[in-house]
Amino acid sequence: MCFGACWAVQDDRSDRTMITFENVGLRYGLEEEILRDLTFQIPAQSFQFLTGPSGAGKTSLLRMLFMSLRPTRGSISVFGNDIARLPHDQLPLLRRKIGVVFQDFRLLEHLTIYENVGLPLRVRGRDEESYRTDVIELLKWVGLGNRLNALPPVLSGGEKQRVAIARALIDKPDILLADEPTGNVDPPMAQRLLRLFSELNKLGTAVVIATHDLGLMDQINARRMILANGHMDIYD
Amino acid sequence: MTDQITKKKRREAGAKRAIPTKDLPDPRFNNEVVFNARPTAPIVPTRRLAGQSLTLLIAIMSFIASLTFGAVSLIDESARTWQSQISREATIQIRPEENFDADQALAQAREIALSFEGVRDAQVISLDGTVELLEPWLGTGLDVDELPIPRLVIVTIDETSPPNFQAMREAVSEAVPNASLDDHRAWIARLVSMARTMTVIGISVLVLVLAALALTVVFATRGAMATNHDVIEVLHFVGARSGYIASQFQRRFMVIGLRGGLIGGVLAIVLFLATSWWAARNLATVEGEQLAILFGNFAIGPVAYAGIAVMVLIVGLLTALTTRFTVLSSLRDIDERRSDPSYEP
Repeated sequence: MCFGACWAVQDDRSDRTMITFENVGLRYGLEEEILRDLTFQIPAQSFQFLTGPSGAGKTSLLRMLFMSLRPTRGSISVFGNDIARLPHDQLPLLRRKIGVVFQDFRLLEHLTIYENVGLPLRVRGRDEESYRTDVIELLKWVGLGNRLNALPPVLSGGEKQRVAIARALIDKPDILLADEPTGNVDPPMAQRLLRLFSELNKLGTAVVIATHDLGLMDQINARRMILANGHMDIYD
Repeated sequence: MTDQITKKKRREAGAKRAIPTKDLPDPRFNNEVVFNARPTAPIVPTRRLAGQSLTLLIAIMSFIASLTFGAVSLIDESARTWQSQISREATIQIRPEENFDADQALAQAREIALSFEGVRDAQVISLDGTVELLEPWLGTGLDVDELPIPRLVIVTIDETSPPNFQAMREAVSEAVPNASLDDHRAWIARLVSMARTMTVIGISVLVLVLAALALTVVFATRGAMATNHDVIEVLHFVGARSGYIASQFQRRFMVIGLRGGLIGGVLAIVLFLATSWWAARNLATVEGEQLAILFGNFAIGPVAYAGIAVMVLIVGLLTALTTRFTVLSSLRDIDERRSDPSYEP
């Protein structure tokens, strides 16, 4: 039963679309729009690279995909919910289905890497016992099994990136958004991470990787979304 | 058949939930797990809370607020005591006149006063007593015969059912023409008015101090929160609900607020106890006696102690609430963040 204003987050994947952009435009301040009339969809289980020259707006687009930035115009629908009309208290529930790897990692420096990776599960109220094995297993796989108690300030850029990726994946998101996820790792590690993303994708996770690494994109035959001059060209 | 389909769906769902790490062994890494389990660190970093300076600030403000509260309570209690002491008595004054038997008039006035209901006692102030009363003004060695000194009858009154002063005044004036009854009502009215003014001033000061305390707590807490903005943002982006994030911060800040409030409150109580002890020790001195007349022994009552305790709780609560509102407003800002500030939805 529902009294007054009721709003339930929809989990609308019947049309196999996870995120829909319609005529989305974005500008900073009074400057010219850096993104114009973006209309596209991120289908379920899809794999795509988001690319374009530096300053093309890849990070801004990822932020809009992750609902951390609102567009200047147009509408964005996430899992069937128009985010402009969605109450604030419902946004965390949508974010739980989305894993994000930030370009600047955003690790909490006072927590060990084990605690950082377990953080998404901890904030969902899970008991530490219940996720310990999963976290250790995942960190082991990204090559940090022997550094579980290390704090982020002592890690290299590549190690931090792997921790950030592990944190994004720990709750098996429906969609993974990664901003330059291989920017700080050596080519073999980049390849390895790409394989992980690919495997996750095969198991049902939609993946969006923002990168300008052509070598990385050549390794997987995937959809390419190319941003240039504020517009997007999509090559399926 | 239906069960089989359900089981199949569950298997598929299970496969979807598993991270495919086991399928991807990598011999390059030393995969020996080194994990020293420690109690999970708090989500809010303690070293970044500026806890000590915030505690000190709250302690100072709480100390000032507690002192003000205690002082207001002391003034209010003293004013009540003065009022009660004066309203317990009335005075019959008999003016001297030539060829007038003052002692007889005093005895007569006393008898009349005692005949009224609501009078507990009536005492004639003896000549020596009168001289003693005048001593502070006229000095020692006073020759009472040379001066026309009025004589007094002190009438002790039952505060709960006072006598009819008007009737007593008339009866006394009729029997002794030189006599007049002073029921101290004019004094009481002035005292009540003064006591009320002092209490109102005290309460106003207390309100201002409390407002300053609240604002200090609010600004200090907001300042401390600003350094944790990145933590709030990360928690938000990993899917923590606003209430969860707010509770993490408010719990820690409430401890700081309570600790600061407690230190300030306890220090104020210690100061009151020390002053009360000092006043008791110095009661024998002239200064001590005068102070004791005004403020008793400087001891604050249980109400003041309870008030200080309540104030400590309020400080803790205020800190927690400020933290909660700051975090929630910070989260709203993150959710409403737009690239174009001029944009109106």
